[in-house]
Amino acid sequence: MTLALFIEQLFNGVQFGLMLFLMAVGVTLVFGIMRVINLAHGSLFMVGGYLLVESYRVIGSYWLALPVAIVGVIIVGAVMEVLVLRPLYGRGHLDQVLATFGLTMFFNEAVVVIWGRVPLNLNIPAGLDGHFEIFPGVNYPVYRLAITAAGLICGGLLYFIIVHTRLGALIRAGSDKREIVEALGVNIGLLYTAVFALGAAFAGLAGMLTGPLLSVESGMGDPILILTLVVIVIGGSGSIRGALAGSLILGIFDTFSRVMLPRIVGLTAGSALVGMADYVLMATVLIYSRTGLFSAHRG
Amino acid sequence: MGRLSRRTALHLAFLAIALAVPLLHDTYYTRFATQIAMYGMAAVSVDLLLGYAGLVTFGQAAFFGVGAYAAGMLTVAGFHEALVVWPLAMLAAVAFALVIGALSMRTEGFHFIMVTLAFAQMVYYIGESLRSYGGDNGFSLPRRNTLAGMSLADHTVFYYVVLALLVLVLYLASRLVGSEFGMVIRGRRDNERRLAAIGFPPFRYKYAAFVIGAAIAGLAGALMANHARFVSPAILSWQVSGQLLSMVILGSAGTLIGPVFGAAVYLVFQQVLSDYTDHWMIFFGPLLIARVLFVKEGVWGLLVQALKAQERPAAPVPAPDQGAAQ
Repeated sequence: MTLALFIEQLFNGVQFGLMLFLMAVGVTLVFGIMRVINLAHGSLFMVGGYLLVESYRVIGSYWLALPVAIVGVIIVGAVMEVLVLRPLYGRGHLDQVLATFGLTMFFNEAVVVIWGRVPLNLNIPAGLDGHFEIFPGVNYPVYRLAITAAGLICGGLLYFIIVHTRLGALIRAGSDKREIVEALGVNIGLLYTAVFALGAAFAGLAGMLTGPLLSVESGMGDPILILTLVVIVIGGSGSIRGALAGSLILGIFDTFSRVMLPRIVGLTAGSALVGMADYVLMATVLIYSRTGLFSAHRG
Repeated sequence: MGRLSRRTALHLAFLAIALAVPLLHDTYYTRFATQIAMYGMAAVSVDLLLGYAGLVTFGQAAFFGVGAYAAGMLTVAGFHEALVVWPLAMLAAVAFALVIGALSMRTEGFHFIMVTLAFAQMVYYIGESLRSYGGDNGFSLPRRNTLAGMSLADHTVFYYVVLALLVLVLYLASRLVGSEFGMVIRGRRDNERRLAAIGFPPFRYKYAAFVIGAAIAGLAGALMANHARFVSPAILSWQVSGQLLSMVILGSAGTLIGPVFGAAVYLVFQQVLSDYTDHWMIFFGPLLIARVLFVKEGVWGLLVQALKAQERPAAPVPAPDQGAAQ
């Protein structure tokens, strides 16, 4: 592996890791604070992609369509929380996975009803479609750099919200001692909806940013959701730091295993091993620690 | 006593209905009933974990699919005897369960769900990467296996074999949950620490339940491969795990027979709706949510409750403390 290829793949890995982080934030916050497992988080990723395609078609400007789609996915998330998630608080894990699995079935089919079964293409916005020489001899797609930047900005924004705002203080308090926050007279219902909508916004944004790299289609969020769960097993649940560490580790590991394994063991065995690699990493972490590397809730 | 015999009567009545399906002389119904029996068997394997061991597994499709793949691959390789192929398919599922179980058992609750789901996805990608077996598209079996030399090509014969195996699985599973082993796994579900304190290592028991569940799912998968004469990674997808879990819940968890009804409800619902619309999932998703949010019991539970309610005027139910003493 040449240095140029290494750097290119490192950039890819970080970019993928940041996308996973945008997904993992919502899952880990919702679990950490509301104690709910949301299998429909992948649907929010998919809905984000579709809403951007649709709003772009209507508005005609990517930079106007993007915020409109984000508002759209926040609304979808808030409605989802009020109608389905709210009655699940305090229920067992089984009820939670089944109801949110039902949501996934609903959304995967709803987008087919609205937009058809044919995958939609989302073009890379004008101005971001070129290449940029990040290293002598390495021409890197500007769009991927833009995604990386967007991921970093979101991470910074999240840090700011969590550390410097009242919402953030409530989130931190809520994930440590939920009962106390409730006892202090905080409108816990509103806080939950806000947390869920925040997670939905990040997941939707991840879908929007990834849209041009994949195609926007029914079920596009499902594999991402499962990888997000792997991130949380690796990083530990309920912790944003864990989500960030887990995302970057998995993003970089996934990218490099895709490039390296077929070279090392040959194409046939390589393709099987590539599919397994992320889960072998998860198994390794599980052997090392049952609760992940940075769990907020030990035991 | 009266209740027990009524429930037995109910079992026999449904068995009679199941046996009578081929009398309709319509391959469509026979094949449909076969499908219910196979999914029902896989759902029973989930119920063993969910309803008795208290393990919410979101990865049973892995063992269902490994059974199907193993049976399919052996058949393609020229092994046609079911008495060889099916046990080997179960063994393959057990081998996967030994590894996946040992790792997943390190976690609990929320993490256990995620880890089983993740490992099942890993098996999905392995299936997808088998290029010589069609990769993403899957592969066909030249013909069904033979059972002790007997052809299973006829849909009615195959249906009765599947039904007999389902009854056998239900019988063995009910013996299992009624045995000391069953008491231990239920005890673990309710209070793991207390169980450990009285000398039953919980890990060993839940691990055994996990592996037994995988063996049953593997058998169901081998039957599935024979039924459709086709295997593809679709059988390993996470939706299948979710479907199996839904079937258990629709039918009542912790009843063994309930999940078979759940499978019937699920598949009938799917079939009826898909006559009207391609988009049946848009109705099924909300139905599943409604079942979870608003109904406390599955179909079997409701049926048993209805029976009890009917019984009450005839024979007064003893007071609860007396009942417990009996």
